[in-house]
Amino acid sequence: MHLLYQIFIDPFVQMGSAPDLFVQTLWEGLVSGVLYALIALGFVLIFKASGVFNFAQGIMVVFSALTLVGLYAHGVPAFLALAITIGVMFVLALCVERFVLRPLVNQPEIILFMATFGLTYILIGFGELVFGGDPKLMITQQLYLPTGSYSIKTLGGFVQMQKIDIAAAIIASLMVASLAVFFQKTRIGRALRAVADSHRAALSVGISLNYIWVTVWFAAGVVALATGIMWGARSNVSFALEIIALKALPVLILGGFTSIPGAIIGGVIIGVGEKIGEFYWGPLFGSGIEEWFAYVIALVFLLFRPQGLFGERIIERI
Amino acid sequence: MFYREAGQYKTTYQADQALFPILQDKIGIILILAVAFIVVPLTVSNFAIDSILTPVLIFSLAAIGLNLLTGYTGLLSLGTGAFMGVGAFGCYKLTTFFPNINIVVLIVCSGFISAAAGLVFGLPSLRIKGFYLAVATLAAQFFLSWCFIRIPWLYNHNISASIEVPERFMFGIPVTGPTATPVTRYILVLSIVAVMTWLASNLIRGRIGRTWMAVRDMDIAAELIGIKLYQTKLLAFAVSSFYCGVAGAMLVFLWLGNAESESFSINQSFLTLFMVIIGGLGSLLGSFFGAALIFGLPIVLRAIKEGLHLSITSATVEHINFITLGTLIILFLIAEPAGLARLWQVGKQKLRVWPFPY
Repeated sequence: MHLLYQIFIDPFVQMGSAPDLFVQTLWEGLVSGVLYALIALGFVLIFKASGVFNFAQGIMVVFSALTLVGLYAHGVPAFLALAITIGVMFVLALCVERFVLRPLVNQPEIILFMATFGLTYILIGFGELVFGGDPKLMITQQLYLPTGSYSIKTLGGFVQMQKIDIAAAIIASLMVASLAVFFQKTRIGRALRAVADSHRAALSVGISLNYIWVTVWFAAGVVALATGIMWGARSNVSFALEIIALKALPVLILGGFTSIPGAIIGGVIIGVGEKIGEFYWGPLFGSGIEEWFAYVIALVFLLFRPQGLFGERIIERI
Repeated sequence: MFYREAGQYKTTYQADQALFPILQDKIGIILILAVAFIVVPLTVSNFAIDSILTPVLIFSLAAIGLNLLTGYTGLLSLGTGAFMGVGAFGCYKLTTFFPNINIVVLIVCSGFISAAAGLVFGLPSLRIKGFYLAVATLAAQFFLSWCFIRIPWLYNHNISASIEVPERFMFGIPVTGPTATPVTRYILVLSIVAVMTWLASNLIRGRIGRTWMAVRDMDIAAELIGIKLYQTKLLAFAVSSFYCGVAGAMLVFLWLGNAESESFSINQSFLTLFMVIIGGLGSLLGSFFGAALIFGLPIVLRAIKEGLHLSITSATVEHINFITLGTLIILFLIAEPAGLARLWQVGKQKLRVWPFPY
C-alpha cells in the first residue's frame, strides 16, 4: 500500500507542492529532448533515403564537433573552422557513398548496419588520432552563441533557463523547418522523397542514387555538426558523447524510423519523460533509471503502435 | 582427391540424415576434437591457452546463442551482453546458495535463469520486428546492466560491486577460482562448448530448427502453414539466452575470475553480433570462425606492431587498431557478406572436385 502510494500519489503531490521545480525539470527534459530529436533526425534522413540504419550517427556528431574544436585549437578562425568542418562532412559523405554504400548496394540491411559499425570504429580511431582523446571545450563564444542564463521568477520560485538551451531549441526548429522546405519544395527534395518511396522506381525515372546518397549523408553530417555544437556547449566535446546516440534510439522507435515529425515529437516525449521519471520516480528505485527509462517508454508505445507514432503503416503480403 | 563422397552408399534414412554423413567429415571432426582435447593441452603454453583459446571458445558459444536467434530465426538482438550477465550473476548467486553442488551443474542451471530473462524480453518480438526489435532488445541490455549495478544482492553486497569467483572442486581438482590451472579450465570449457554445439546442431536440423528457419524466411507464410509464431519466437529467445547465459557464466567462472557490470556492457553485445555476422548468419561453424577472427584481430595487430619495433605510443597504436578494425570490417562485408562460413563452403567445394575442377 505504501509502495502504491509512493508510485502513484507521492510524485504528483511533489509536483503540485513545488511547481517551479516541476517547470524546471520539464524545461530540462524539453531541451534534452530537442537534442535527442536532432540526433534522431540524422538517423531518419539516412534511413529514409538509403534504408541504412546508421549507427555511426552518434559518432558523426562527436567527430564533427571534434573537428571544429580541433581546427580552432590549431589557430583557424572560428567561422573558417566551421566552414572547413562542413567541408569535411561533405568529404565524409562522398567517401561513405563511394567506399561503403556503392559496393554494398542490394545487400541485406543488417549487412549495411554492420558496415556503419565499421565506420564508427574508423571515425573513433581517426578522430582520436588527429585531435586527441581528451575532452575539449566547445568554442561557444567564438561562434557568437549566447552563454549564461535567464532566471524567470514564476510560480513562487525561480526557473533557470540556459541561454544556450534556448538557442538550441531555436536552431533545432529552424533546421527542421528548413529541412521540411528542402524536402517539400526543391527539386532534390522531391528526388529524395522519390528514393525513399522506392529505389527502383526512382532509378527508372532517372534519379541518380549515388548523388542522392551523398546528399543525404551530407545533410545528416550537417545535422550532426549542429547537434555536436549544442551538446558540446552543454558539456565537453569528447567521445563520451557517443553514448547519447544510444539515447536517440528509443526516440526513433517511438517516432518511427521514417518520420521527421516523429523524430521531433518522439524526442520531446522521451526527453521530458526521462527527466521527470528520474526526478520524481528515480529515488524509489535507486537513482540512474534515466539509463533505461526511455526504452521502457518507447516499449510501452510500441506495444500499441508497432510502427511507432508516425511510422508508415506496416502492410505485409505473402 | 581425398575429400570425396563417391562410393559411400547410404542404405537407411538414419545414415542419410546423420550429423556427418560423409566419412571424411567424421574423421575430420574426430581429429579436430582429438587435437583440441589431447594435443593442445600437452603442447600449447598455458599463457596461450588462457589468453586465446579459452576466451575464443567461450565467445563462440555466445555467438552460437545469438546465431540461433538472429541467424536462424531472423530476430535481431542487441541484448546478448546482458543475457550473458544474467548467466554470470545467476551462477554466482547459485553457487553462493548451493556451494556443494557441482559447478558445471550450476553453470547449466544459470543458463535456465538467463533463458527466463530472455523469455520476458522476447515478448515484444511478438509485435515488432527488424530494427524496431533490435532497439527493443536494447531495453533489456540497459535495464539488466542497471540491475547489475544497483541491486547489491546480486553481488552479495560486495563493496567493489564485482563478483569474485569462489574456489570450487570437481573430483578433487580445483576448476574455478585462483588455484585452477588454465588447462583444467580449458578442458572444462571445451567439453561444455562441444556438447552444447552438438545439441545446437541437432536442434537446428530437427523440427524446431526448421520452424525457426521458416519464421526467418517469412513469418506470415510460416504462420499459414501452421507454425505457432509466438511459441516459436519465444522458444528461440529462450534457447538463445540459455546459450548466452552459459557462455556468460563460463566467461566469469572459467576465464575472468571476477567481473562486474562493465564486462556485460553494450559493447559485448555488439562484439557478439560482429562475430555472428563476420562468421556467417545461420552457421554454427561460422560462429567459431567469427569469434576467432574478432577476438584474434586485435591480438594480431598488437603482435604486428611489436614485430615492427615502431616507436609510437600505445595510445596511437590503439587508435590505429580502431581504424584498421573498422576498415577490415567494411572490406570484409564487401568481399564476403555471407561471412567466413561461406568461404569455408567454397573451399570445401573446391576440395571435392580437386584436381579436376571441370
